[in-house]
Amino acid sequence: MLARIATFAIDGIDPRHVWVEVDIRSGLPAFTIVGLGDAAVRESRDRVRSAIANSGFDFPQTRITANLAPAFLRKVGPGFDAALALGVLAASGQVPADALDAYAVFGELSLSGDLRDSPGALAVAEGARRAGLERLIVPRERAREAALVGGLEIAGVPSLRVAADVLTGAAPPPLPPLPASQSTAQAAAPDEPDLADVRGHAAPLLALEIAAAGGHNLLFEGAPGTGKTMLARRIPSILPAMSRAEAIEVTRIHSIAGLHASGLVHARPFRAPHHTISPAGLVGGGAPPRPGEATLAHHGVLFLDELAEFQRSSLDALRQPLEDGCVTIVRGQRALVFPTRFMLVAATNPCPCGFAGAGDRCRCGEADLRRHSRRLSGPLLDRMDLLINVERPTEPELRARPETSSAHARDRVAHARERQRFRLSGCGACCNGEMDAGLVRRHVRLEEAAEHALAQAYAVGALSARGRHRVLRVAQTIADLAGHDRVTRADLLTALSLRQRGDAGTTLAA
Amino acid sequence: MSERACDACMARSWLVGRLAGHLERARSRIEQVLALGVDDLIEAIGGRETARLEREFEALDVDRFRSRSYAAGLDAVCGCDPGYPVGLRALAAPPAVLYVAGGPVDLLGGESVAIVGSRRASPYGLDVARSLGRGLAVSGITVVSGMALGIDSAAHAGALEAGGPTVAVLPASADRPYPPGKRALHRRIVAGGAVVSELGPGADVWRWMFPARNRIIAGLAAMTVVVEAGERSGALVTARLAQGIGRPVGAVPGRVTTPQAAGPNGLIAGGACVVRWPQDVLDHLFGVGERTVHEPRREPPPELRLLLQAIAEGHETAAAVARAGFEPESGLAALAALELGGFIRRGAGGSFRVVP
Repeated sequence: MLARIATFAIDGIDPRHVWVEVDIRSGLPAFTIVGLGDAAVRESRDRVRSAIANSGFDFPQTRITANLAPAFLRKVGPGFDAALALGVLAASGQVPADALDAYAVFGELSLSGDLRDSPGALAVAEGARRAGLERLIVPRERAREAALVGGLEIAGVPSLRVAADVLTGAAPPPLPPLPASQSTAQAAAPDEPDLADVRGHAAPLLALEIAAAGGHNLLFEGAPGTGKTMLARRIPSILPAMSRAEAIEVTRIHSIAGLHASGLVHARPFRAPHHTISPAGLVGGGAPPRPGEATLAHHGVLFLDELAEFQRSSLDALRQPLEDGCVTIVRGQRALVFPTRFMLVAATNPCPCGFAGAGDRCRCGEADLRRHSRRLSGPLLDRMDLLINVERPTEPELRARPETSSAHARDRVAHARERQRFRLSGCGACCNGEMDAGLVRRHVRLEEAAEHALAQAYAVGALSARGRHRVLRVAQTIADLAGHDRVTRADLLTALSLRQRGDAGTTLAA
Repeated sequence: MSERACDACMARSWLVGRLAGHLERARSRIEQVLALGVDDLIEAIGGRETARLEREFEALDVDRFRSRSYAAGLDAVCGCDPGYPVGLRALAAPPAVLYVAGGPVDLLGGESVAIVGSRRASPYGLDVARSLGRGLAVSGITVVSGMALGIDSAAHAGALEAGGPTVAVLPASADRPYPPGKRALHRRIVAGGAVVSELGPGADVWRWMFPARNRIIAGLAAMTVVVEAGERSGALVTARLAQGIGRPVGAVPGRVTTPQAAGPNGLIAGGACVVRWPQDVLDHLFGVGERTVHEPRREPPPELRLLLQAIAEGHETAAAVARAGFEPESGLAALAALELGGFIRRGAGGSFRVVP
């Protein structure tokens, strides 16, 4: 007898519809799975056999052939277990075969017959809706996540037994309650780092706000232990809240990567890969291709600490994702597209020993500094609008009250973003950081005194032509934060003080 | 191109280049060796190759050698020419021919001061070297140095900033930047001054060429100023050579605890002239008050004076901003205003220093 059941394979970060066909014929007892599965799919035979037996069903002592169609698609992971087990039960008449038509099934089995937590349920739910299916069976832990997709009846089941009951007509168990931390959807989790924890660092805090408001990539520079990483971790807390569509996208990616427990992700991602990361780890790749850190940071912050220590090839691989907002991975005959819209934040020591500018501790010669800056130079720095110098806070600052809080900063950022959206509507950019040279010319309006200061900066060689655009973009964001219609002289000077040193038009010694 | 190098001097210059590898063995007494006549030099250095070198020297086609230097864009001026820098004649072994990129050659005859120092300089040393270079250049003095990393380059850059002439003396060939990383500076000096060397076009760099180069710096300059130098720095070699031919030596005092200050502080202890700013050099060369540095010293706007003072007192930048009573935002703008006005400069690590 033949049974057919729908499930989904995850290809990159996209669901692909897969039919599990189970055929039972008389013959010597055997259980074969065909259809280009990996080792986890092959081992699925033993899990399915034990799970069926331990759930109080009979495992048919006949010849069983299971096929995962389409046969050309490589199938990876244990997520087909539940579909295979239910297929065997339906083919052997232990559950009604026609009940399976409206269902998709997804989940890994344990030998006891429990459905184990399986990553990627949200993607599967999206696939099920797109395929026009009405009901989806997922492990109980993932029910909340799958339920984010509207228009589907989700049955979150703890075990194969309950899944079989649902198929025979029992009411599906209720969705598990939300974890306490997510019961209020808006409030950020209490353990999320907040700007209120920061003491001192007045100028860097201001620069963080500017970066968040304009969507500018930024570079921290400072001696070890001054707080670069601490500040970077707080950037997601002042970015505007994600829209629901964005949150679902992030949840789907994180679920597939196995990073996320349940429910909707509210906080913007913050990813800080170690500097030994490979190009494939950073932008995605491998066989089968998996999303890299750049994709995991989608709609959030990608933080590269010790930028100078990263392999050149890894940093170069970031160029396309930064430019296009997505990365295309081609493996064999297939091309996968991973989204990568993130804010790039990097930190570096000012020199190889790390103490340049901090008193007399630095012992680096000009040659050392050149070598160091050569490691940083290149197209990546080109995408960094802001350079923030982080100094050690003074003793009174450490004892002082916090300067600001994330909630306060987030309001100002949201306000500035609103102004940008209004100004830039219909021209392809949604924030100042995305303006190209043409948009800068069209949209950035300077007061006369600001024009004068800009001309002066250019004349004394403090700016290159490219640096000029960057400074104008940042100045516009500062004006947006302050609510100025035109960029004032003070706005422009502030932007100048945050420019990259490499923007100097002339190359001078030291 | 002017014909300013005679055949005999060109031939000798060719010989020094030909012997470059052999001379490495005589590094410790390079001045004495270079003072030898052609025959003695071949005999002293040639070793087993003496006979072959003599034959090669006999068969040398001077015109072909000369055309090579012209092809490289180098002017050649020899000791027999009236345009040869007078200062070099005081040396025990003046270079037979001086190759010049850029020019004019007459530049080398003017009033000039050498500013030399360590390659591993501190930010303080770089600032001082640069402001000395600038101050002397605006006073019409040619700044001579070696285009090395650190102090040398900063001195050249300061002179170029003021639009004044500057002369770089390279160890090997004037048409090839050395160190190679200084390509941009080399180009600017060729355009706004001169790059000179003792060796002809295409010469490779050998270690003996550095002390040999230093003697040319000492010879060209009316006074040699050491900004920062460790105890074994080549800048001290230059200072000793200058003293040897009776030229005054100046030194910029440094903190006694800084290793790079050991050289200049030692020179001062030995009686060298203390150089704090360009005026000290002018006073020493021409007599007190005879000539003054014509550098327009502008005052910062009144609202920025406190901030400038706080930075000058050595506070970290953030602390200085707070001390001067600025809010963070207006503080950043104030820093940028001071930087644009040329009062402060941002160094590595982002902290600001007052431009001396």
